[in-house]
Parts: sequence; C-alpha cells; structure tokens
Amino acid sequence: MPAAPVTVVVMSYAFHAEGLVKRFGTTTALAGIDLAAPTGSVLGVLGPNGAGKTTAVRILATLLRPDAGTATVGGHDVVRDAAKVRRLIGLTGQYASVDEDLTGTQNLMLIGELLDLRRRDARARAAELLAWFDLTEAANRPAKTYSGGMRRRLDLAASLVGRPDVVYLDEPTTGLDPAKREDMWGVVRSLVTEGATVLLTTQYLEEADALADEISVIDHGRVIAHGTPAQLKRVAGSQTIVVRPTDTDRIGDAASVLAAVSGAEPESPRPGVLTVPVDGDAAFTAVVRRLSEERIGVTELALRLPSLDEVFFTLTGRHDADRETQEVAA
Amino acid sequence: MTTLAESQQAPSPVEKTPRHASAPPGRSFRLLRHSISLARRSLIKTIRTPEQLLDVTLQPVIFVVLFVYLLGGAISGSRHEYLQFLLPAIMVQTVAFAALATGVSLNTDIKKGVFDRFRSLPIGRSAPLIGSVLGDMIRFVVSIVVLLSFGYAIGFRIETNPVSLLAACLLTMTFAFAITWIFVLVGLLMREPGAVQGTAFLIMFPLTFGTNMMAPTDTMPGWLQSWVEINPVTDVMEAARGLMIGGPVASPVIHTLLWSAGIVAVFAPLAVRAYRRRA
Repeated sequence: MPAAPVTVVVMSYAFHAEGLVKRFGTTTALAGIDLAAPTGSVLGVLGPNGAGKTTAVRILATLLRPDAGTATVGGHDVVRDAAKVRRLIGLTGQYASVDEDLTGTQNLMLIGELLDLRRRDARARAAELLAWFDLTEAANRPAKTYSGGMRRRLDLAASLVGRPDVVYLDEPTTGLDPAKREDMWGVVRSLVTEGATVLLTTQYLEEADALADEISVIDHGRVIAHGTPAQLKRVAGSQTIVVRPTDTDRIGDAASVLAAVSGAEPESPRPGVLTVPVDGDAAFTAVVRRLSEERIGVTELALRLPSLDEVFFTLTGRHDADRETQEVAA
Repeated sequence: MTTLAESQQAPSPVEKTPRHASAPPGRSFRLLRHSISLARRSLIKTIRTPEQLLDVTLQPVIFVVLFVYLLGGAISGSRHEYLQFLLPAIMVQTVAFAALATGVSLNTDIKKGVFDRFRSLPIGRSAPLIGSVLGDMIRFVVSIVVLLSFGYAIGFRIETNPVSLLAACLLTMTFAFAITWIFVLVGLLMREPGAVQGTAFLIMFPLTFGTNMMAPTDTMPGWLQSWVEINPVTDVMEAARGLMIGGPVASPVIHTLLWSAGIVAVFAPLAVRAYRRRA
C-alpha cells in the first residue's frame, strides 16, 4: 500500500523580511525584525512613533538598505534585485508625497509614463484612478488646492498606477478625520479583494483590528507580538461584560447580579452603564440567565474583548503618552 | 474584519488590464524618455509658479542698471561702451546663478518625499536628476531673453551677427548646464534648502565676480589676475563677448567646452552617487 499522500501547505509569501537591522548613527531603528505576509493578505504593522515602522517599509520598498538581514518581495531580494522589486510594489508615504504644483491628472500621468505606459494609456489609467478615488472633479486642479483627505487619496492612487502586487501604506490615515479614515479603509479592503497584498503601518490599534489579517506589533525596532487580531486580544487577558439596564432605577440590582457572578465589584464608566471583568464566556451565560430571572430589561448587553490599546499596554507596559517620541528620521 | 459589502462598494480598476501593458523599449531610450517626462514636470512647476523666475529676471536688470549707470561713467568714461563690455558677461553671470536653483528645488523635493516615489519606481537612478536639470534649463532661456531685451532697450547692440549671438547664448547655457551638476550635488549633500542656497552663493561669488566681468583683468593686482585667468567663468565671459561684440573667440570657446565637459564628467556621477546614498 502506498504511503498516504503528505499534505504540504505551501505558504506563498508576497513579502518576507528576516532579521532586518538598520542603524542611523547611534540610533538603532530596527533591531532585527521579521515581517511576512501571505499573498492577498493584509499585514498590519502596529507601533508607536519611533518604533521603526517607516524604516521597515522603506527597506521593503528598496529605498533603504538594511545593515543586516534579508528581505524579499515576490521572491526577489530587495537589495540585489531592487529593479525587479520596484516593478511589483506601490508605495504610499507617511506624508502625502504628491507633487503640489501638478494637477491630479498630471501627477498620475507622470507615474504612468515612468512605468512605460503609452501616453494615451497613462491618461486613461489616470482618469480611471481619479474616478475611483472620487477626484474626477479636481482632476485638473493643482494638488496644492486639495484638502488633506484628497491628497491622501491622490497619493494612494499614484501608488496604484502600475497595478502593484504589493502595496505599502505607511500610516495612510494619520491626521484624517474619522469619516475619511473609513473611506480609506474601504479602499484598502477593495485592494485586497483584487488580490493585492498590503502592508499597512499604523499607530491606530482600531485600524489594525479593522483591516489586518495578521498584526505584528513592533516597539523599539523589534516585533514584540505577532498574531491575528483575536489572538492578540486574548493575550491581554480578561474579557469584559457590559450591561446597560433599560430602567435606570434597576442599576443597583444589575450591579448585584454582576457582582454575584464575577465576584468583582462592577464599575460604571458612563452613567447607566456597568462593566465587570470576567474570565470566560460561562460567566456571560450566567449573567444573561440571572438578569432574565430577576426581570431586569437591558438595552445593551455585551461580552467585550479587550481593545488593542489594552493589548499594547499589556505588551509594552506603556500607554500612548510615549507616542510623543519622534519617529527616527528616515 | 473585512465585510464583503464594504469591499465591493465601488468597481475597482485594479486588475482590469495587464500591468505594464506597453512593450519595454531599450534601456538608454527608456532613461531618456523618463528624464524627459520628469523634465516636463519641472517645466510645469516653473510655469505654474512664475514668481520663482523673479531672481533670474530682475537681478540681472538691477545689476546692469547699477553697474552701467552708477559706475559705468567712472569705470569706462562712456556708458555705452561699458554697456557693450558688461552685458555679455552679465548674461553669463545670470545664467550661472539661475543654475543654482536646481540644487535648492531638488533638496526641497527630497524633503517633501516626492522623490521617494520616484525612487520606488523601476526607472534609472539618474532619471530624476537629469529630468530636473533639463527642466530647469527653461530658466536659462527666460533670463537670457529678459536680459537681452532690457539691454537692447537701453542701447546694447550686437556687433557681430545673429548666428554668433545664438552661439553665445547656447555656449552660456552649455556651461550653465554643466555647473548645474555642482549644485545638484550640493543640493543632495545639504540638509536644508537654505543651506543649499547659502553654499551655492559662496561658490558662485568668487566664480562670477572673480572675473573680468566688470573691469579688464590688467587693472587688477597680480594675485587676482592669476585667479581670473584660472577661473573658467572668465573663459565663458570672454567667449560670450567675442561672439556678441567681436574679439578673439576660438580659444575661450574651446576652453568653455572643455571645462563644461570636465565639470559634467566629475560632478554628474558624484551627484548620482549622492542621490543613491541619500536615504
């Protein structure tokens, strides 16, 4: 009898970095980090300012040479085969790097021409992208007249002219208002639908949670945690039950229920809302049953995972205050 | 996580046509084509902000007025003769100064991150630099036209012929093209646009004023005469004078061309190297 066929799971990485080290003078921006994303996924690189996010992106985008370690994109080494890597990637910088004196169309056509599109094709591609990013009306205005959100969109459009397989988005939503941020998220999601692999750096835990398939949390140039958003949340430990009784007079009764089930004193983060940490979902079931027995109606009842903010705090022992640290000049 | 409804909110054009649809032509042709595309970018920027041409248009006019009317009588005795003597040299000085703006604008572009995108594209490393240098040559043309028109209005006359005049202009621009590469290098080495400007001026003053632009060499002390004679800008000014108002031409023209070629041969590779290294 022949041996049972061995199932080999071939992980095809769109990009893969191992042990990247980069120093600027006496500052160590990267102290040996590994980053990888399977084709068609979103890797979120999460960390405070100065963690080394931008440096890592710049190495993967062939703009910087690592002092040690290797990185490949589409199987090509970013140092030895930089030219091949550049054919596969699109880069959107941390600050919008569009040319302010050029119009939207001119910016995109320039990139198209540099990517060897015929002038006519470059024009068509520019129009296509401008329409997609809702910039058609502003197409013939200099980019300096654009709002911050429009510039970001134009910048992202510029990185997509060549239909890159791998798109680097270096803090694409920093400084955008929440509505614009949601728009940008939609764009990232559709990129993935189209088969692109995305590396997204962000300081917003919520953003990594919303977009990334896997997250690498980095701090001081090292990956301090890696996993799916759900895995990372589990690292941070306890879950929280949130209850908002319909009848505010019954807050006291609801608090007794929570206290009885969890053995901890409930807190009230907002008037009318109670929260209590619990160990597992058995507690949640118990709370539901007891509330029902006591006939306490609720308008809100949830078992909440910890936010990624809490995860980050658990991993680094620091809160956001440390974000004031300057990003290492790249 | 990603919901399907959101991700399909708009028809996306990301994967409709194959990437890099056009056939990639030969390598050197590509470099030229990319450089021209990038030169057009510089040109558009200049056209859109014409106020940045003020320095290369007003400064020579002010110099001419200053030297001819304020000092001309004292230096030469005849204002018209002095204007004839001075204007070709001022033309050279103006275009040389126009060249330093390329270093400043490159530095600004790099700081803004515009060049990061270019460097992440599969184009020749020198294309953005060549593009900037070529695109900024419009500044040379504008400054020459303004200066010659102003000169004509106040009485300057060509004593040779239009072909020689054209040759003088082209030769001046050739030299300016060459020294632009010095400023490109300075622009890549300095951290701030202001520092580029300052350093470039420090280079330009001895080069343009340490010449026989304003007075014949034999009126100067010996040490200065030696400098003036070594200084390549003197050759360019002599050549421009010869071609515009008559006089010896062959030797200064040849010197100018040799100097230009030498400067490009040294500074263009240095600039490209600095560009590669600048992170």
